[in-house]
Amino acid sequence: MSSTLLEMSGIEKSFGTNKVLKGVNFELMPGEVHALMGENGAGKSTLMKILTGIHKRNAGKVAYMGEQKEYTDPKESQLDGIAIVHQELNMMKDLTVAENIYIGREEVNKGFINDHVAIEKTEQLFERLKVNISPTEKVDHLTVGQQQMVEIAKAISMDAKLIVFDEPTAALTEKEINELFKIIEDLRKKGIGIIYISHRMNEIKKITDRITVLRDGEYIGTVLTEEVTKDEIINMMVGRSLSEDPKQRSNVSPNAEEVLKVVGLKVGNTVIDVSFNLKKGEIVGFSGLMGAGRTEVARAIFGADKRDHGDIYINGKQVNIRNTHDAVKHGIGYLSEDRRRYGLVTGFSIADNVVMSALSNYSSNGIIQDHKVHQESEKYRRKMKVKSTSSTQIVRSLSGGNQQKVVIAKWLVRDSDIIIFDEPTRGIDVGAKSEIYDLMNELVNQGKSIIMISSELTEILRMSDRVVVMCEGRITGELPIENATQEKIMELATDRKEM
Amino acid sequence: MENEVKKKYKSTFKLGSQQLVALGALIVLYLYFFTMSPSFRSINTLASIFDSAYYIGFLAIGVTFVIATGGIDLSLGTVLITSALTGGWLYHNYSLPMWMTIIITILVGTMFGLLNGVLVAKLKIAPFIATLGTQMVARGLGSIITNVQTVVFPLRNSPDGWYKSIFKTSNNFPTGIFVLIFFAIVMGIILAKTKVGRYILALGSNEEATRLSGVNVDRYKLISYVISGFFMGLAGVAYASTYTTILPGEGLGFELDAIAGVIIGGTSLVGGVASITGTMIGVMIMAVLQTGLPYIGLQPHYQVLITGIVILVAVLADVYKFKWRK
Repeated sequence: MSSTLLEMSGIEKSFGTNKVLKGVNFELMPGEVHALMGENGAGKSTLMKILTGIHKRNAGKVAYMGEQKEYTDPKESQLDGIAIVHQELNMMKDLTVAENIYIGREEVNKGFINDHVAIEKTEQLFERLKVNISPTEKVDHLTVGQQQMVEIAKAISMDAKLIVFDEPTAALTEKEINELFKIIEDLRKKGIGIIYISHRMNEIKKITDRITVLRDGEYIGTVLTEEVTKDEIINMMVGRSLSEDPKQRSNVSPNAEEVLKVVGLKVGNTVIDVSFNLKKGEIVGFSGLMGAGRTEVARAIFGADKRDHGDIYINGKQVNIRNTHDAVKHGIGYLSEDRRRYGLVTGFSIADNVVMSALSNYSSNGIIQDHKVHQESEKYRRKMKVKSTSSTQIVRSLSGGNQQKVVIAKWLVRDSDIIIFDEPTRGIDVGAKSEIYDLMNELVNQGKSIIMISSELTEILRMSDRVVVMCEGRITGELPIENATQEKIMELATDRKEM
Repeated sequence: MENEVKKKYKSTFKLGSQQLVALGALIVLYLYFFTMSPSFRSINTLASIFDSAYYIGFLAIGVTFVIATGGIDLSLGTVLITSALTGGWLYHNYSLPMWMTIIITILVGTMFGLLNGVLVAKLKIAPFIATLGTQMVARGLGSIITNVQTVVFPLRNSPDGWYKSIFKTSNNFPTGIFVLIFFAIVMGIILAKTKVGRYILALGSNEEATRLSGVNVDRYKLISYVISGFFMGLAGVAYASTYTTILPGEGLGFELDAIAGVIIGGTSLVGGVASITGTMIGVMIMAVLQTGLPYIGLQPHYQVLITGIVILVAVLADVYKFKWRK
């Protein structure tokens, strides 16, 4: 075996009195894909920030390419060939793809930027990566998945010897994920070391060589991927076992009443003639690739986007939903796929976010009754186990899973009967994930109905009573959960109409 | 836990760090003029500080709501003058009773606010551009209506002169300060304790998330401009009451004094954070500066220079406060 690329040993780090890393070890070989796993708050990001020089460690050693290192600035580690592909994309949306990749490294001639060089280099880069994106396209026009590819291309363009992927597949479609895996395979062959952070078991099993698990800042262990089962990994992460088994049969009786019916929905070219229904107490899973139009269907029903055609019936009565206000009045709630941007006012407290859609219920003579707001939000904070000090805590400071619970609480407080969950567990750790699943199940038991959009097939199969599959704006199939398998769903999801 | 909640929720008029700094600056500034100039110590000087605080104060209260949405209103000054011109012109030409003149003045301001609101919230024009347009439209209209003639409001000893006592009694007592404080309290409560205020702050903080919570954001944006408009009209009344003579073409620049007061008071120009208490402190700083600088022998152009520096310092303090926290 070739010499170690990176060796971190006995890393300790405290913020104030809060010890977040308690003697963590991590080792990476050239050409190795090494998974770093652990629940949110386990210390993965902090460890990576110490590696790149964003944080200073309190104790421990870092050896990179055989030399002791102590970076104090991310720029230094970047120059040494350490690159991070961030989970949250850091891009200049109004600049082009090429401009984003080569920002700070532009070819300048007599004070003028020579764009052609960057465009050519980007073209070559994309050719190598087999990515089909125009270098002159504005980043804003790309899908999230494509933007992720641009970030990866940027890391590779810097001649990185070590690349950290922080939840790279969270926003990608199956197809894009497969492409990403090919790229990673390619990088591995070139001897580049890869640290792969993800919550998705299947991916970890598929592409990594070794797995290091952290829990509450402690080093739990490093194992060879082929020698462990998924359950064993989960056990290491949470200290208890969780099932990922699919649902066996629908919990909804065939003659349950229909709470929502959508007929002939059309939105531009993204949603074409979509019709479906939702029964009381049912979870309908919307599956499909990214860009299939699932989120667009949800937004149109919720009144967030204008629809060109389509009738919406709630409890058998046709309703006219012109904006989000109308939708909420008719008892529909929507949890966006991007909760930080669209789901929460992150500068507001938990309490203020929780009552956002139902302020009228907590006002008397137009004045908001703070004690009522507080009581109610405190009730939900406890019930949903939002990890926080009080309901006056600012939402920005919560972890992803806890933020998602706040968004769910918002719609519970509003007493919505139909709740649309768009990627409810994206970027959420395993423990919080199962809590959110439990909540969803509890909701349908109470007679609420749920539309769940998810790109994770295991999630679709685990939660849905019925699966609706979309492809390129159309519904290509509907499967009762008894008949649904990953293979059948994928087949429908790629069932493209010939033009 | 209970205490913590009380602390936060009793905060309608609480002073944050920036308001405290501004309040300290106000006191230091006042004491400085007080020690430097004997004539500054007279009660008349205090009265003229309040005189300039009224109209800037009303403008500032209104525009705090617009700035809280992340918007801006550049039409404050010229709409103030046009409202007063319209009211005064109708008073003279149609012999309106004084109370109706006051109502019309406020209504004209409110209508301009509504216009701004429609342009920004419904027609989706950027606030800077929309209100810049309104600023010019208002200035032009004011001159056209009055045929570029000066409008003189009734004097104190005339039969309709009673309205002057709203802001100052005949023996120079600044009653207007109560009017200003009254509106500050009402608007402070609206900002902190009602749906209107909460949604205005929410949409200023994250418009899309607020919309996806089922809030009709366009309506609340519009309301913020209408509030601003109402206070432009009210400021027009205060201005007429204080200065009696209104010149068409005046008013340009008032908006910047008001906006400066708002910013000094800690309201964020990006939206989402606002404080009426802060705005009032900021306005008093502007008024003390305006009145005090001549007393230490500084000409008007120095006043502009120093005011500019004060604004920059206030904004810098805000920016670096955030950095230090990080």
